[in-house]
Amino acid sequence: MIEEKRNFWDWINSIDRGIIYLIIGIVIILPILLGLKEEVQISPSVRSAYEMIESLDSNDVIIISIDYDPASMPELQPMLKAILRHAFEKDVKVIMMVFWPLGLPIGTEGLEEVAKEYGKVYGEDYVNLGYRPGDRAVMIDMGKEIRNFFRTDVNDILLDSHTMMRNVHNYNDIALIVGLEAGRFGEFWVQYVGSRYNQRIVLGVTGVMAAETYPYLQSGQIEGLIGGLKGAAEYETLIEKPGFGLTGMAAQSWAHIAIVMFIIIGNIGYFMTRRK
Amino acid sequence: MFETISVWIAGGLTLCIFSFLYGDNPVYKFAEHLYVGFSAAYWLIYVWHFTIKQMVINPIAAREPGSLMLIIPLFFGFLMLSRWFPERYSWISRWSIAFTVGIGAGLVTIGQIQGLLLPQLKATILPLATGNWHTNINNFLIVIGTVATLTYFYFSRREGSAVSKFSRVGIIFIMIAFGSSFGYTVMARVSLLIGRMIFLFGNWFHIVKPL
Amino acid sequence: MKKRVPLVITFVTGFIVIISFFIPHRPFGPLETDTLIWYSIILGFTLLIGVDSLVRLHVRQMRRRKEGWWYSIVFFTGFFYCLVIGIISIMRTPNPFQPGTIFFYGYKTILIPLQSTMFALLAFFVASASYRAFRARTLEATLLLIAAVIVMIGRVPAGYKLWTRLPGIANWVFNVLQMGAMRGIMIGVALGAVAMSLRLILGIERTYLS
Repeated sequence: MIEEKRNFWDWINSIDRGIIYLIIGIVIILPILLGLKEEVQISPSVRSAYEMIESLDSNDVIIISIDYDPASMPELQPMLKAILRHAFEKDVKVIMMVFWPLGLPIGTEGLEEVAKEYGKVYGEDYVNLGYRPGDRAVMIDMGKEIRNFFRTDVNDILLDSHTMMRNVHNYNDIALIVGLEAGRFGEFWVQYVGSRYNQRIVLGVTGVMAAETYPYLQSGQIEGLIGGLKGAAEYETLIEKPGFGLTGMAAQSWAHIAIVMFIIIGNIGYFMTRRK
Repeated sequence: MFETISVWIAGGLTLCIFSFLYGDNPVYKFAEHLYVGFSAAYWLIYVWHFTIKQMVINPIAAREPGSLMLIIPLFFGFLMLSRWFPERYSWISRWSIAFTVGIGAGLVTIGQIQGLLLPQLKATILPLATGNWHTNINNFLIVIGTVATLTYFYFSRREGSAVSKFSRVGIIFIMIAFGSSFGYTVMARVSLLIGRMIFLFGNWFHIVKPL
Repeated sequence: MKKRVPLVITFVTGFIVIISFFIPHRPFGPLETDTLIWYSIILGFTLLIGVDSLVRLHVRQMRRRKEGWWYSIVFFTGFFYCLVIGIISIMRTPNPFQPGTIFFYGYKTILIPLQSTMFALLAFFVASASYRAFRARTLEATLLLIAAVIVMIGRVPAGYKLWTRLPGIANWVFNVLQMGAMRGIMIGVALGAVAMSLRLILGIERTYLS
């Protein structure tokens, strides 16, 4: 009996990784196939971000910075769409720009898709500036004059040709910057634009970056923080327009529970075999 | 039709990458090299469109004042590719590197001090005796956590000394921070997998609502 | 010439950027703008350095016919396919990255699934690592584990269903307990970065010249 118990704990301590992969695959696929939905509780940081955009109106212009690539698309693209829907609902003008080269096509696709939903016109309601190399250099000089770096938009059209850009020259004319961040560029927005030009900033970040961004929220350097897929789901709940964020929540819950169970089982197995 | 072929190719490539779960194999390597090759050319197109064309050629073509000077940074940009030049001239790429390093260093100096150090230090100076005990404890924990972490990283310590004991408090806070960070990282990675699964079962197999 | 001129360039450019922060008026303000535009253009070419190295590596592998050399053919297939559709798109539209162009379709068909899936694989590895390596051997490891579990469960809807206070506790861990350590790390890194930047500007650190 004792011999059998030892073998059982040895087995618990050495489950094949293929089984772990299979379990993770199942707990993610099943809720998606079953179409399970979960409600989310709104965290204060996301509510602050929402309130910030809610306070804007049709006279305001915001910059949305696409600083992610397809690797972070599942987390940040839902945020982009939710924020665009919120902004366009309030007739806020949107300027899109990109600091991650691989993010331009997906950012543009998201922008065009949501703009079409709301019947927004390019040049009057939104503009896509595209990309310029130099990240911090661009951010700093945009505080003097956007046209120093962006003479034309992504389509090679002069910025002054667009109705909405006629009175937009620098950060004094920008009500808010929304940075969608998979890397360090959120910090750059805060350090080089927020501090230097007192620009209001809201950041949407991947889960990996969230921990490092909370200190900026606590210090008041950013107005709100949307973290990970859960953050996107919370924002979708607030604007009452469910999207991919909410769709993925059930699978997220199940997967997290599965991983926590793995941790617990692994530790139980470890302690039981250590007793030998 | 075109869209269908595109989705099938994307789905097939997704499965090629997932095959890595079984172990490194030729199918995965094929997909990996295809990705690297495609990305490499993507950067070429990008540099042409946004750096050379939009920042240099277009202003010169439009005869903007001072635009001819942009040929200088264009020339220095090409100098970065020092391997294209004979060995005895390749040292000139150092000028371009020095330019970018100098600017980068200047930007870091300003940004880190004005944008991070001062605001974060200011945010750490928190009142420890407000009317609310809950706030008092939270503020105390933040202040102690910050100072203890800095003590751990910056000061060498003799075993058993007060600094050593205070550093240990720092380690505890650091471990909690790393644990929280790990929890959020798990969330991020799982989200990416959910995205791919919805692509496979939605966009490709049409079983669920597509992305 | 080979070492002195670059050191002078580093010092002058760093100095211009720092002094422009304090004196934004003429001549430093416009000088800073021009300097930053030049920096941006030169920096754009750094993307090409990696491309150049990759292409040379694969050409070398094909020439030497080492084991696995045929993967270099796959590399060049992807490379030239992207280059061709990129050039076609550039010739047809002012913005080759626009949805609807052949370049965008290539990006959507090849780059998005490959890059997304490579990172999606990490979910499996994170689960496997959690099971195999996450052991509460010491006090520190146990604290790390507890914090991770609280955040993992507290940040999903299941956490609220398990215990309605759990999301609040997870928020508290983020906003209070981990705040101090993260801030300490950030301050430490910032001090190090500033010190290194000053060393570079003043020419004390010269490794970038070799």
